[in-house]
Amino acid sequence: MRIALTWPLTVSFGLRWLWITPAVLVAALIAGTAIGETSIPIVTILKVLANHLLGADYTVNRIDAGIIWNYRLSRAVVAACCGTSLALAGVVLQALLRNPLADPYLMGISAGASTGAVTVAVAGVGAGALSLSLGAFIGALLSFGIVVMLAHAANSGVGGGRGVQAAGAIILAGIAGSQLFNALTAFIITKSASAEQARGIMFWLMGNLSGVRWADATLAVPAALFGLVVCLWHRRSLDAFTFGADSAASMGIAVRPVRGMLIIAMALVTAVMVSIVGAIGFVGLVIPHAMRFIVGSRHTRLVPASALAGAVFLIGSDILSRVLVSGQVLPIGVITSLIGAPAFALILVRGKRS
Amino acid sequence: MRLTAEQLDWAVHGTPLLIDVNLTVEPGQTFGLVGPNGSGKTSLLRLLAGLNKPKAGRVLINSQPLHSLKQRAIAQSIALVEQQADTTDRVTVRQVVALGRTPFLSALRPWSEEDEAIVTRALHDVDMHRMADRLWHTLSGGERQRVHIGRALAQQPKILLLDEPTNHLDIRHQLSILELVRQLPITVIISLHDLNHAMECDRIGVMDRGRLIDSGLPHDILTPNRLQQTFGVYAHVIDDPVDGKQVMRFRNAV
Repeated sequence: MRIALTWPLTVSFGLRWLWITPAVLVAALIAGTAIGETSIPIVTILKVLANHLLGADYTVNRIDAGIIWNYRLSRAVVAACCGTSLALAGVVLQALLRNPLADPYLMGISAGASTGAVTVAVAGVGAGALSLSLGAFIGALLSFGIVVMLAHAANSGVGGGRGVQAAGAIILAGIAGSQLFNALTAFIITKSASAEQARGIMFWLMGNLSGVRWADATLAVPAALFGLVVCLWHRRSLDAFTFGADSAASMGIAVRPVRGMLIIAMALVTAVMVSIVGAIGFVGLVIPHAMRFIVGSRHTRLVPASALAGAVFLIGSDILSRVLVSGQVLPIGVITSLIGAPAFALILVRGKRS
Repeated sequence: MRLTAEQLDWAVHGTPLLIDVNLTVEPGQTFGLVGPNGSGKTSLLRLLAGLNKPKAGRVLINSQPLHSLKQRAIAQSIALVEQQADTTDRVTVRQVVALGRTPFLSALRPWSEEDEAIVTRALHDVDMHRMADRLWHTLSGGERQRVHIGRALAQQPKILLLDEPTNHLDIRHQLSILELVRQLPITVIISLHDLNHAMECDRIGVMDRGRLIDSGLPHDILTPNRLQQTFGVYAHVIDDPVDGKQVMRFRNAV
């Protein structure tokens, strides 16, 4: 019965809904800017936007203007980019590795980022010359590099069924790499951090958009766009992996270069996001599954749908993190996990039933 | 297209799976590959499809070495139906068959009416057009196999490689798939377990422990002696009184 219900739904979506994507995104950004401890009327927001973007000259309260432009809008834009990037990385990894549990942090990126950030913050490496973000970025790349080398070593000399073997090797290497870097992080914290520092680091690790400014957006926007373009360009290659790597190869996909390029691109984009906002969990896992449920598994639809849903989900989570407990900002990772875990369970159960 | 294998060697972790395999299949021929389990049929098909590189020797299509071609160019000529290929994705029958058009599509060559027509034709060829909108995970094993064959046909290959395609199929669909394959005006290499089905091929080759030990006309190859030596069964050939064709009857294992 479910088939009869879901399939026409998937068809009727077609590609016609693509045109509403920018509208939904803009609406989400405005909501992210309007809602907060002090709510700001939408008219005021539109005036500030017109002043900045169109060179208009409306008179707006300077404090409101500052909050809107410098704090909330930049924060919403970065949240959108981050949500888009994590969701797309999830889409790509789940497609390529044929594993529904694959998520952007599978490749050791969040663990490495934590170690990098902690090394800079606690152990004082770089003596102030390195920012927390840069430390996290370097840590993420280092850890990803180790995972890739490990996967490559585990995978060399393997013959038949290479697609399955390679995907398994990447997942196992990712787990090993993550464990190693998590242990390093714990080691550094217990050895040298004070209780206050440890709390601050915990807060950062769970994802934090509080310190985000336009400078971060200038990094996040190009990174997210790059991720989106790469995914859209390779949407047919991603489709070809439906029956695994061997099947993709028999349909003309140069599996090794395409898979390598896509994974590296997604790792870079994820590393950029983690270095800006910390490791926000569950977005990369839940959004692709939820979108597959709604628009189907074809990447022509799945990629734009996941990009949009990831952006809206993270802007929404950020709003919740600011208003849920008055006078306190919760780590956004707490919100995404609180929503994401039950949502994931629901998708699993309903998916099984259908 | 002519498909040639020259002195192919292939090994995994030091275990030789193919040893000095030489084979030529003429354009338009249906070549049956038979042999006991583990004799190297699947390995040979993977090498012929360009999925694995041989340790030694080479594969040629017409006179062009396979390793000099890009994966995309290979896929425009050769289609492979694997033995087991499954997915947990929510895809429909039509979407799976449409994947066969992948080697012909690009950013500059988007999906067209022609692709749509080819997919519809392939769905009809494998008798799955009435189930085109069914989801993959609701299909039986035999239906999935037919969809895979449909996907390969949508690739419009000049050479079609099939790895035991009649597994999971009921007898009606076994016969209709074999009939379809024989009628295709392209080169087909098909591995089969049912030796009576193999008798219908233009030529057959017998694999045993990684070697292609014999090839030629089915009647010349599948003799009681060969069945005993390679397949380990006592069998004899009887004439079907209806159409005069020869049928093998297997009595017992050696």
